[in-house]
Amino acid sequence: MKSSVIIFPGSNCDRDMDVALKKFGFKNQMVWHNDNSIPKSDLIVLPGGFSYGDYLRCGSIASKSKVIKSVIDFVNSGGLVLGICNGFQILTETGLLPGILQQNKYLNFICKNVFVKVKDKKNKYFKDIKKDILELHIAHNEGNYFCSNDEMKSLEDNNQIAVTYCNKNGDEGDENNPNGAIKNIAGIFNNKKNVLGMMPHPERMIDKYLSGEDGSLFFENLLRNLN
Amino acid sequence: MEVTEKIAVEHGLKKDEYKKICDLLKRVPNITELAIFSAMWNEHCSYKSSRKHLKKLHTKGKHVIQGPGENAGVIDIGDDDAIVFKIESHNHPSFIEPYQGAATGVGGIMRDVFTMGARPIANLNSIHFGSPQHKKTKNLLRGVVKGIGGYGNCIGVPTVAGQTSFDESYNGNILVNAMTLGLVNKNKIFYSKAAGVDKPVIYVGSKTGRDGIHGASMASATFDDEIEEKKPTVQVGDPFTEKLLLEACLELMAGNSIIAIQDMGAAGLTSSSVEMASKGKLGIELNLNKVPCREEKMTPYEIMLSESQERMLIVLENGKEEHAKKIFDKWNLDFAVIGKTTNTKKIDLLFDNKNVASIPIDFLAEDAPIYDRKWKKTKLPQKLKFDKQQFKSLNLSDCLNKILSSPNVSDKKWIWDQYDHTVMGDTIQKPGGDAGVVRVHGTTKAVAASVDASATYCFSHPLTGGKQIVCESWRNLISVGAKPIAITNCLNFGNPEKEKNMGEFVECVEGIAEACKYLDFPVVSGNVSFYNETKDKGIKPTPAIGGVGLIKDYQKMITMDFKKSGNIVYVIGKTEGHLDQSIFARNILLEKKGPPPSINLFNEKNIGETILNLIDKNLIQTCHDVSTGGILTAVSKMCIKGQKGLKINSFKELVNKHEYFFGEDQGRYIIEIENTNIKKVNDLLKKNSVHFDNLGVIQDKNLSFNGEMNLPIEELTKTHKYWLKNYMEN
Repeated sequence: MKSSVIIFPGSNCDRDMDVALKKFGFKNQMVWHNDNSIPKSDLIVLPGGFSYGDYLRCGSIASKSKVIKSVIDFVNSGGLVLGICNGFQILTETGLLPGILQQNKYLNFICKNVFVKVKDKKNKYFKDIKKDILELHIAHNEGNYFCSNDEMKSLEDNNQIAVTYCNKNGDEGDENNPNGAIKNIAGIFNNKKNVLGMMPHPERMIDKYLSGEDGSLFFENLLRNLN
Repeated sequence: MEVTEKIAVEHGLKKDEYKKICDLLKRVPNITELAIFSAMWNEHCSYKSSRKHLKKLHTKGKHVIQGPGENAGVIDIGDDDAIVFKIESHNHPSFIEPYQGAATGVGGIMRDVFTMGARPIANLNSIHFGSPQHKKTKNLLRGVVKGIGGYGNCIGVPTVAGQTSFDESYNGNILVNAMTLGLVNKNKIFYSKAAGVDKPVIYVGSKTGRDGIHGASMASATFDDEIEEKKPTVQVGDPFTEKLLLEACLELMAGNSIIAIQDMGAAGLTSSSVEMASKGKLGIELNLNKVPCREEKMTPYEIMLSESQERMLIVLENGKEEHAKKIFDKWNLDFAVIGKTTNTKKIDLLFDNKNVASIPIDFLAEDAPIYDRKWKKTKLPQKLKFDKQQFKSLNLSDCLNKILSSPNVSDKKWIWDQYDHTVMGDTIQKPGGDAGVVRVHGTTKAVAASVDASATYCFSHPLTGGKQIVCESWRNLISVGAKPIAITNCLNFGNPEKEKNMGEFVECVEGIAEACKYLDFPVVSGNVSFYNETKDKGIKPTPAIGGVGLIKDYQKMITMDFKKSGNIVYVIGKTEGHLDQSIFARNILLEKKGPPPSINLFNEKNIGETILNLIDKNLIQTCHDVSTGGILTAVSKMCIKGQKGLKINSFKELVNKHEYFFGEDQGRYIIEIENTNIKKVNDLLKKNSVHFDNLGVIQDKNLSFNGEMNLPIEELTKTHKYWLKNYMEN
């Protein structure tokens, strides 16, 4: 399987994503934001970081990059696009995903392990994943997901909510919501479920010496579903 | 403008220093030249009060590739890998404007590290605030933490460890010390020494603005009531540009284009150009009209003194200009050839086709004043005789709860949750342990780093305090299984023109030097920050030590959380019960006199090496050093981290239990041992003549002692965890 990780000026999880993808068997290549085209890929990843310093609004300047046109074409042709953290913000800014990511409720950057509940398995990302509750890691200042009532209705009607914040037993609720996101949303799909944006970083949880290993489950599963 | 003595004094120069300038030049300097002298001769850049004493530091060793004097120190960690690291203060600006002050402190130290060709892999910080009750403390803390996070998080370098303390001596002068470690191939290290004549001098990075003018001289003076007026001297950081600059510089460094490189830190273009020329024994000629400026009509004076951030000066090989420009264009950064190296041994500045400054480089560097300031020795205070009868009314649980929830001991998670500590995917020990640990990417190795300061001990007796802080750093590294390699130090003191302050500096440095030498733990970089004083009130002497250690096989790293019920817990090292200057004496007995605990370097070394040996042989599960708050505080933290309890054995009548549990004797560790390993551990400890006490056995839920203390870990956790969060959010 081939993957491409796009580097924007200010991306800073691009290497981590490259390491993770290669570890689980992807043939990964890095693509510069100014490139006109993306090499043939089965998966495109928009990594975390602070593209353009998060100036103006997180993800907004990156959403106007040259490469984004190719990303949109790729999505329209059914290709898989994964946006993590800043990548998720870029996806909402391009309109590939609905809603916005606002500043965290308590106005602080948050870096810690969280649990998320997998809400839908009828998609290439989570089909057959071994656990329903994953321990992942968040590190963001603007991860407070919000959308209009209409958008929420359509997210729910089409099962586009991918993962929600919860505790280790799967209980959602305010005390398990780190950033104030509406309905504890940590990640969503587009309506075709080929685009996934999520705030947690699976690439930081890929061996037992790190904060945990549930990121490995995510990548192994994704690769299996793509094969 | 005609330069006069009065103008020179306004630039922070002393009258006799101004006279020396006129004598050297054999004329009166013009205003631009005066600015250059004032920038190069201030305390911050010239180390004029400290240099004599810094020479006493132990700076050599088999791992040392580069000691003090470069942008940062460099140590060899095997297989062509080297670690570049340094700590630096940003105290004055952080007090005036906490967010930007702290942010640019982080930015500056990272630039020092990647200037040498290293990719930053870990950040640390040591931050010290006034009393929690002081009206400024909360906002300063909030601003500093946001600033550190705002900068480091954006660059994508994990902040893996740190230290926070509160003391009223910082009410008018907070301390913000930032440390960075970077990884470099030892054959691809870049230095600031220029070489060769007629080589192009390149300016890259952000444009030059009017921010930060006089920053370095501000950092070389004490504060008064007009402190708010100094805001314009604080620089403004742009971490996004720094991230681009980092990537662009590393890309250029991959080729063979660079002869010398220096970041524009304190005193900006002035000190970077003078230092490169001075080290290469060359001259340098700059055309200031070519410097990319952010604002209109900037004068040579302003351009030379600006401390705009995220800028670098590079001496390039001839003919590499186009190649270099392409890289900086790709990263959208300014790039300009602004001058060349010369053989005149002078700095010559051109502006509007006129020579606006011409100064022999030696006058600025070699001939800068050096002071042998008067200083006063601090006598070792007399040991106190505590009335042990009064201890009887002090319930152990109450004392412990008070200590665990005190500002200086309580959990600092509220702070480090705001720092990205996992980016780069190699953080294997997060903040909150004895040291932060990051893997050396793609290898089996890891480096551990810790930053420590103990102003209370240093204030009581600087010589002992200096030794103690080096030992504490050494212990923190050993506690995670790392072999201590070298340190960087940030020497924060009051006004060196006062004999007492100067004495504190001299004796702390002597203490540091002695401990480093004995432990073969050399100083490879550092920074001195004097004049931490407001309206005649100075800070307690606060040398901060950043230690770096190596773990050859990261799978052998250990942590401080208790692991398994039934395992045995030992105290390693002898407990005499030294209470003077302990947190028990200060916070519970309200007794602030007495000497700090003494340091026995022989024991320190022997015990440390023995612990490393135990870890290397996989004989112990857990390790934590005993520091502030003594044994009971140390084991409480281990219980909380592991969510396990401990049943403490009863002990001999002879020992006073308050002294035993809360004494802060040095050179001690707590270890956890599996029953099957007890004999082997005992044998090794006895063979090395290391004293140990069998403290107790790990149990499920409670910390208990003899029926007189029985604390559920859940409660202990709450006591420890919430002080800072409640303080900041209420």
